[in-house]
Amino acid sequence: MPIIVVEVMPKAELLDPAGKAVAGALTRLGHSAFTNVRIGKRFELTVDGPVTESTLAEAKKIAEDMLSNQVIEDVIRVFEAPAPGASA
Amino acid sequence: MRIGVITFPGSLDDRDAQRAIRLAGAEPVALWHGDHTLNNVDAIVLPGGFSYGDYLRCGAIASHSPIMSEVIDAANKGMPVLGICNGFQMLVEAHLLPGGLIRNDHGRFLRRDQMIRIENNHTAWTSAFDENEEIVIPLKNGEGGYIADQATLERLEGDGLVTFRYVGVNPNGSLNDIAGISNERRNVVGLMPHPEHAVEKGFGPNTEKAMRSGMDGLRFFTSVIAKVLA
Repeated sequence: MPIIVVEVMPKAELLDPAGKAVAGALTRLGHSAFTNVRIGKRFELTVDGPVTESTLAEAKKIAEDMLSNQVIEDVIRVFEAPAPGASA
Repeated sequence: MRIGVITFPGSLDDRDAQRAIRLAGAEPVALWHGDHTLNNVDAIVLPGGFSYGDYLRCGAIASHSPIMSEVIDAANKGMPVLGICNGFQMLVEAHLLPGGLIRNDHGRFLRRDQMIRIENNHTAWTSAFDENEEIVIPLKNGEGGYIADQATLERLEGDGLVTFRYVGVNPNGSLNDIAGISNERRNVVGLMPHPEHAVEKGFGPNTEKAMRSGMDGLRFFTSVIAKVLA
């Protein structure tokens, strides 16, 4: 069954303590090429039937109303995942 | 005088809130997240805990519970609602209060007896305090950092909606040291520290007078009793 992906990130101007902790660990491990880490979320919504304009619109609404909190997070992308085996 | 305490999956402090209500002199009424009735209560407490394991965001899934449509309705009609810790997180997720709560800036869970200042004693839950009175009640959370955009912060400060401010130590990076806020009507109040854990001698924070004798939290509940009976 098709999948709609929703990506959510903490707002850029907000401190992301979880990302900061990971960045600290990378530094300790000697990965000096990476200066910052931010951690977001990826939701995969399995759709009953084909993805239509209407299901995509509904997913966008869910993304903004429930899957993210617009006060602290931004919805980055809402898109249909490529079918397995399809060339990316 | 009946004060409802709503239990959600993962609530921890619902029984403590019921006990606090009883010690303050009102009748605690246990309410269930999956129901669509407030059972004729006069005020509501959303208790602390980790509803739905803090999945998605703290308080987010609980804020969409069946009973929350009744809570939002009652709050908009003026019923006193107090959100403590996870309950505060539910109130911001339900948009009954502005802003949001994020992980503590130091990244750790923190428990301490916390001094806070009563910045506004004209709310349904703070009228028994003096203005600017400093009290000590327990604080215990991992995601207690209060944030809001600049315009919201200015409105909160300008309209006297900052109800509690951390004193001495800002324990989590909350903007403007905000520990709790109210809505414009001052019937809906949310805060991260726990008044219900400082309501009985022998079980509260230490004070200069005696160990565990702190009872500063009791007046949240006597405030709302006075408000409803007025």
